[in-house]
Amino acid sequence: MTSTFLPDRRTGPGTAPPPPPAGAARARTRRRVTHWLTAVGFQLPALVLFLVLVVLPILFALYAAFFRWGGFGMPSDYVGTENFTRLFDDPVFLGDLWRCLLLVVLSLALQLPFALAMAVLLNQRMRGRAVYRMLFFAPYVLSEAITGVLFGMIFAPGDGLADRVLGGVGLDGLGGEWFADPSMVMATLFLVMTWKYFGFHMMLYLAGLQSIPRELTEAALIDGAGPWQRFRNVTLPLLAPTLRISVFLSVIGAIQLFDLVWVVTQGGPDHHSETMAVTMFQFGFKRYQVGYASAISVVMFGISLVFALAYQRFVLRRDLQGATTTMRGDGK
Amino acid sequence: MGDPALSRRGFLAASAAAGLGMTALSGCGGDSDEGSSGITTVEWWNISTTQPTKDVWAALAKKFEAQNPKVKIKIVQLENDAYKSKMTALIASGKLPDIFHTWGGGVLRQQVDAGLVEDLTDRTKEWADGLLPVAKEPYLLDGRLYGIPFDSGMVGFWYNKALFERAGVSTPPTTWNGFLDTVEALKAKNITPIALAGKEKWPGMYYWAYLAMRVGGAEAVQKAAEDKDFTGPAFVRAGQLLKELAGLQPFQKGFLGAAYSDPNGQAAAVGNGKAAMELMGQWAPVVEADAGKGLGDDLGFFPFPAVEGGKGSLTEVFGGANGHALRRDAPQAAVDFLRFFASEATDRELVTKTGVLPVVTAAESALTDPNLTAVQKQLKAATGFQLYLDQAYAPAVGQEVNDSVAALVAGSKSPEQVAESITKTAKEEQ
Repeated sequence: MTSTFLPDRRTGPGTAPPPPPAGAARARTRRRVTHWLTAVGFQLPALVLFLVLVVLPILFALYAAFFRWGGFGMPSDYVGTENFTRLFDDPVFLGDLWRCLLLVVLSLALQLPFALAMAVLLNQRMRGRAVYRMLFFAPYVLSEAITGVLFGMIFAPGDGLADRVLGGVGLDGLGGEWFADPSMVMATLFLVMTWKYFGFHMMLYLAGLQSIPRELTEAALIDGAGPWQRFRNVTLPLLAPTLRISVFLSVIGAIQLFDLVWVVTQGGPDHHSETMAVTMFQFGFKRYQVGYASAISVVMFGISLVFALAYQRFVLRRDLQGATTTMRGDGK
Repeated sequence: MGDPALSRRGFLAASAAAGLGMTALSGCGGDSDEGSSGITTVEWWNISTTQPTKDVWAALAKKFEAQNPKVKIKIVQLENDAYKSKMTALIASGKLPDIFHTWGGGVLRQQVDAGLVEDLTDRTKEWADGLLPVAKEPYLLDGRLYGIPFDSGMVGFWYNKALFERAGVSTPPTTWNGFLDTVEALKAKNITPIALAGKEKWPGMYYWAYLAMRVGGAEAVQKAAEDKDFTGPAFVRAGQLLKELAGLQPFQKGFLGAAYSDPNGQAAAVGNGKAAMELMGQWAPVVEADAGKGLGDDLGFFPFPAVEGGKGSLTEVFGGANGHALRRDAPQAAVDFLRFFASEATDRELVTKTGVLPVVTAAESALTDPNLTAVQKQLKAATGFQLYLDQAYAPAVGQEVNDSVAALVAGSKSPEQVAESITKTAKEEQ
């Protein structure tokens, strides 16, 4: 899916269609109708599935968010906006929002620059480049659940690999309670997230870097540009479309983070690593307060929707325009 | 895209659908089988994922199939928490497995109120009367029986005799102050006094519930549930006492992140001799030996100590049992299986092989383990009974109890705030 956003200079927007011959207007209309019917025919199954499995649940969640509803039968106890006012009074949910913001900021400030640095490094000619690329990408292939179990063991206080290794090199002081310490749990979680996801972003950047024509860098070199100048003025601007999409994926990922947290801490200790999705799960599937849980999901939906639309409108516009015009060109 | 609520929902819907699909498919299988050869497939959902129980149960199912050639038992085993989540999805779908694990109480009541559970009062009358009354208690709702126990039990302290001895504690404490002294004595010898699974929250609730029972008596706890008011002095005092205990830092390193049955969890800490005791139900020895090495003869049991000046007595027990319920309109084969499972022969086998407590009086002689015998004696002499709070109450209230007591132990809620937030949730749930 992401690859469609990536600028691919080799294929480009395709060759322009030949000018239509005069007097073929009627044939063209008929062809257009046939085209349209074919398109509808092909899309109908997907559309029905999309309506039933995606659109309807969204609308239903929106509806249920205005009820006190335990999940049995149909919602009947209408409470107006009470679920939403309760939500924004709940310190846990407000904490979720704060932690979400924290993860977004940390991802953008640390994880993505790190991924970029690794990508630039592994874009150089060097021995064993493919091996490194594969190694760094490998964590992304692992499922979130396995990652969670794995790091739960690594960071087990006292007995875990992390503490043992630190103890072994005489740094016992650095060891700690990791996921069990309310003040350290987010940092530990972010560490695991970075381990898991930087390889993915690195791969995106590598793909972007490979599509930058070498002539440009060479030209800059001939003009006397140093390594930093070449990176700053040639590589970075040409990598911008990739960076934009990577930021987008990273933010959306932070908003909907669930599996990793659920497996490692279940949101604990004492809600210090809880995310919106975890809170929603707690209320919907443990407390059976499905109306309230729907309100949480509606807010999550709203946040992602606003972010996604704003980001596409203001940041991704340039990148997407190419894509849409290309498609329209093909449709003629 | 860009819709996490949706993808999550989609995922859950998909997994629920997958579960349903499986049920539907197996249902089809059963139906078609019935058409050709008259075989009924009974689906049996349980949480016995640990050994030796897992194998013993599978063998029992085979035995039942041998005795009833026209019945096939299909076992679906899920880990405790996964089971609860999965049941939620199934309940929303309106169809439960033929036989499913239950703890009785508020969760069962909710399922009963939704019309999903079979009333067993009449269908099991001729044999269920012979079961131990205290074991049946959790499944009796308004005088009707909705579940059959295969286990009975209570919560108490399981301790390491060797570690207690090393700390100079020769007899287990019977009073709360004596208990605190024991904790101090263990700490003085650099022994972790108590293992607690802070990540899972329910083990912490046991302390608060027992303390409330010891301070106010079992009746006060029952009454609070009826009045939906947990702000009484018994609960606030319970919170204060628990806070005092937590202040001594008696728990293992990193207990806030510890699970119960993990290799690094609460049971393993006691089973491997790294912590001196845990407050846990009758299944504790089995899990200690499964997740850790197990303590063998070093393992001892003592009831939750009495609180000085409290109204509750040592003979009031907190706990509950495990049982099975049937979905509404379950086939007769499922009832037959429950009868088979609660028969004297099966019960004796369960008692000797899987470490549960007998539910049939005749099977009591099979109990040889001194600790479990002590538990059984306590249970039979019980003058009051309180089911686990997170099972006795409606799910939202039960979870709020677990959650706010966990916050109390972690130091972010005061005893008063705990009592208030539980009361608030209880009142909202009407």
